[in-house]
Amino acid sequence: MSTVQETFATTKSPSTELPAGKSNALGRNLSLLILLVMLVVPLFVRNFVIFQITMVLIYGIAVLALNILTGGSGQFSLGQSAFYALGAYTSGILMEHLGVNYALTLPVAGMVCFAAGFLFGFPALRLSGIYLALATFALAVAMPQLLKLGIFEHWTGGVQGLVVTKPDAPFDLPISQDAWLYYFTLAVTLVIYITSIFLLKSRSGRAMMAIRDNEIAASAMGVDVSLYKTLAFGISAGITGIAGGLGAIAVQFVAPDSYTIQLAIALFLGMVVGGVGWLPGSFAGAAFIVFVPNLAEEISKGLSGAFFGVLLLVVIYLVPHGAKQVATFAESLIDKLRKT
Amino acid sequence: MELFINQVLAGISTGAIYACMALAVVMIYQAIDHLNFAQGEMAMFSTFIAWQMMQWGVPYWWAFILTIIVSFLGGILIERLLFKPLAKAPVLTNVAGFIALFAIINSVAGLIWDFTIKQFPSPFGSSPFLGSQLISTHQAGMIGVTVVLLIALFLFFRFTRVGLAMRAAATVPESARLVGINTSWMIALGWGMASAIGAIAGILVAPVVFLEPNMMGGVLIYGFAAAVLGGLSSPLGAVIGGFLVGIFENLAGTYIPGVGNELKLPIALALIITVLVVKPNGLMGHTVVKRV
Repeated sequence: MSTVQETFATTKSPSTELPAGKSNALGRNLSLLILLVMLVVPLFVRNFVIFQITMVLIYGIAVLALNILTGGSGQFSLGQSAFYALGAYTSGILMEHLGVNYALTLPVAGMVCFAAGFLFGFPALRLSGIYLALATFALAVAMPQLLKLGIFEHWTGGVQGLVVTKPDAPFDLPISQDAWLYYFTLAVTLVIYITSIFLLKSRSGRAMMAIRDNEIAASAMGVDVSLYKTLAFGISAGITGIAGGLGAIAVQFVAPDSYTIQLAIALFLGMVVGGVGWLPGSFAGAAFIVFVPNLAEEISKGLSGAFFGVLLLVVIYLVPHGAKQVATFAESLIDKLRKT
Repeated sequence: MELFINQVLAGISTGAIYACMALAVVMIYQAIDHLNFAQGEMAMFSTFIAWQMMQWGVPYWWAFILTIIVSFLGGILIERLLFKPLAKAPVLTNVAGFIALFAIINSVAGLIWDFTIKQFPSPFGSSPFLGSQLISTHQAGMIGVTVVLLIALFLFFRFTRVGLAMRAAATVPESARLVGINTSWMIALGWGMASAIGAIAGILVAPVVFLEPNMMGGVLIYGFAAAVLGGLSSPLGAVIGGFLVGIFENLAGTYIPGVGNELKLPIALALIITVLVVKPNGLMGHTVVKRV
């Protein structure tokens, strides 16, 4: 199960072949080191940078969700922005209208999105991948209009959206709101990340990967194809919803036009850049989609779309495995240097 | 009753645009088995080219023809440069390619012509058609141009050597290659024609939705809905689907309470899902049997 995803394999030269037997996760030492760095970082940087890193984690969760769907079960979705929006609105409405504690809104957002994903996926998943891409694309384009609907306006705030209050640090901890939110997000991220790794290693995860590798063979072996496909889609939507809820709390604002097809494209790009099916890559991809648009906007306004597009092309032509390929390459380079 | 007829006619005229988009989508789908998510953006870009020419003082119909030629060549160029190398790549890579194209064209159009809404002229005017209050001359013109286009395409695919070769290359590529058809160029030609048809759709719809980089989003979704309704593998189905979807959209907007302009896109979404649930192969598509 731990072999490399071939979902994204192209007709490239053998150099893109990755060594077999590499696990889905990073090595233990490296993981601990990264965790340690993540824990101390907020002590040294400005609040705005903390906010940006928080956004990287949040988008990382959303990209991870897409990765479970695409890398795990071989389907793909262009409608992740819709579930992200649904999660954000669920959290926002619960907090602002019903006064629910922010931490408690996240599981609710996750469950709402899981249910929505499950229901939405059910018809689309009976068909081949291209129909799912089509249906999810339509969902992403239609979502902002659905959110602006007059009948929900009392709850959603219509075009104006909702302002969400940023939570204070509990127990009178002497840290800023941003830093607290960062640690909170980090904790949520860790829980989701570890759960996802276990999920992919579990029986259900193996069933999903069997479907990804060969649907007909999987069904012949007794895997309930449509159930597991729908389940993968639901789980992916649910995790995206949690990311959306976190995003609403971090940005302190939800509005229909923040969740357009552009967001879905960004998340998709994050997955491709990070390497399809490689969970740690999700965060590399997320860092990419948070920081690169800023750079592009500095050159010229409105350029980020073109920049994203060109980079997406570069990645699929030159480094089809994304960050994973870069990481493996770096590793083999270090090995070589050690030997000489 | 008057309202009903009025709405049906209006539906047919917007349906003509959806039919064009659906046709463009189906042509590329036939050729390479992938949905072109950037079809709408390509059409938008073509429309901007036409607008730019008119700003430079080119007469309407000259701009129209020149734009179609440019779009045709542009379509071929995109296929040669971007999608020919991806011919054997998995679906995900292709979707990524289309998404990249979508983002690039949208962003570049915004960069060149910015995001403000522009007026686009109609050569037909907007006075009542033949003195009747039912449809305007522009709507009648849209229907007319679409019908002429469809007949031309039908004749092209039925009676010309190139048209037949394109159909052969799309249905049985191996056999087509064996009888000496250059299938690779037939695909490029399909892209060029799809791009040109999209350009016509864009130019016709621009006076109605106004010109801006995001103008084709909704039209493309309806085009997809039409293509799915007609069955993705049937050009005729796509056209019929386009008209049906247009009529449905207008009637739903008139008679279902609470459905106004703000629900247009969700209706298309609901339509796509309903077709996928009830009749996944569409009205005229054929079932694809998978072999182990």
